[in-house]
Amino acid sequence: MSSAWDFVAGILMIVGALFTLTAALGMLRLPDLFTRMHAASKAGTLGSCMLLLALAVSASDASISWRAAAGILFFILTVPISSHLLAKAARSAGAPVWQRPDATQDSRTDEVEVHSTRNAGSAD
Amino acid sequence: MNGETFLSGCIAVTLGVLCISMALTTCRLLRGPTLPDRVLALDMLTAIAIGFIAVLGIKTSSGFYVDISIALGLVGFLATVAFARFILARGRREADPDPEWEARRLAEHDQP
Amino acid sequence: MTRYLGVALLALVWMAVTGSASIPNLLFGLALGALALSLVRGRVASRVETVRPVRAAVLAAIFVRELVLSGCRVARIVMSPRMQLNPAIFAYPLKVDRDFEITLLANLITLTPGTLSVDVSDDGKVLFVHALDARDPEQACRDIEQAFERRILEAFRR
Repeated sequence: MSSAWDFVAGILMIVGALFTLTAALGMLRLPDLFTRMHAASKAGTLGSCMLLLALAVSASDASISWRAAAGILFFILTVPISSHLLAKAARSAGAPVWQRPDATQDSRTDEVEVHSTRNAGSAD
Repeated sequence: MNGETFLSGCIAVTLGVLCISMALTTCRLLRGPTLPDRVLALDMLTAIAIGFIAVLGIKTSSGFYVDISIALGLVGFLATVAFARFILARGRREADPDPEWEARRLAEHDQP
Repeated sequence: MTRYLGVALLALVWMAVTGSASIPNLLFGLALGALALSLVRGRVASRVETVRPVRAAVLAAIFVRELVLSGCRVARIVMSPRMQLNPAIFAYPLKVDRDFEITLLANLITLTPGTLSVDVSDDGKVLFVHALDARDPEQACRDIEQAFERRILEAFRR
């Protein structure tokens, strides 16, 4: 394989690993299940897809690249479905939605708006 | 610097960073506090493992690792869906978090 | 017509997964795709009636860009020492009404910046969306409508 592709694959790998690291950090730092789900489903997906893309780029055999591309497609299709199901299950099980403790300080009118839509949502 | 040494350096750094990510996610898996949190952590752990196996595939330049990645993605998806259905079926009963942990979490986030 | 398209797509995916583009493998993929689709035929409520390839490709390109942007945004939020969060769940009134389009929209919302689809009401008219920054839910609704719902309608309706 030519060395230019090696550089591309290396950079993709580093960036993908950093995205995965931020997703893992978010899993620890974010306050509730739903915000953590943001980290896992966006940064985590992007990280894993970039690592698979690096594999597709650096592979010496075209069949490996095709399989890695199919893996990326599959991953992008399944992650939102599983995270949607998990969010739905958690919400129906009564998982709390974290809100900023000082949310009323800087935007009082918006706070009312958010509350009204949230109550409309939970009243169904 | 040629491509080979750059790539092998990148592989070493990537594997290290992925190990740290796995350790952080395992912390969340152990801390919980509720079952959905743990399921999410497990899902994330599977995603990191898929990336890890992809990097191993680059390192060994062997075609088998892609198949393992795809199969792991399938199994992880089905596991998460099964867990989500279990949580749905179980309902509210055990969803309330551990009160002690909850108090500590609130204290952490009120004074960051 | 779209059923044959589905079989062809599944056959293409099969060839990609097995990594061989030979004629027997293509035929085997077509047979497997037809079998898989005939298994789920009675359970899929709505069928896609038309696909505009160019618009669908534009949608896919926008989706990839938004995925990268959302990853960057989550990274920025997580890395900042004081996380600027204002999360809430808001209700999004759906204009699309077919199961396929609702699924597609929910998937797109989950993978784009700051929003995560949580639930669909039983009648399929309202989507509940969790947003990281929900100070202005109406603006978020407008963004979703402009960025995705309109394009889905353009790509999959006559």
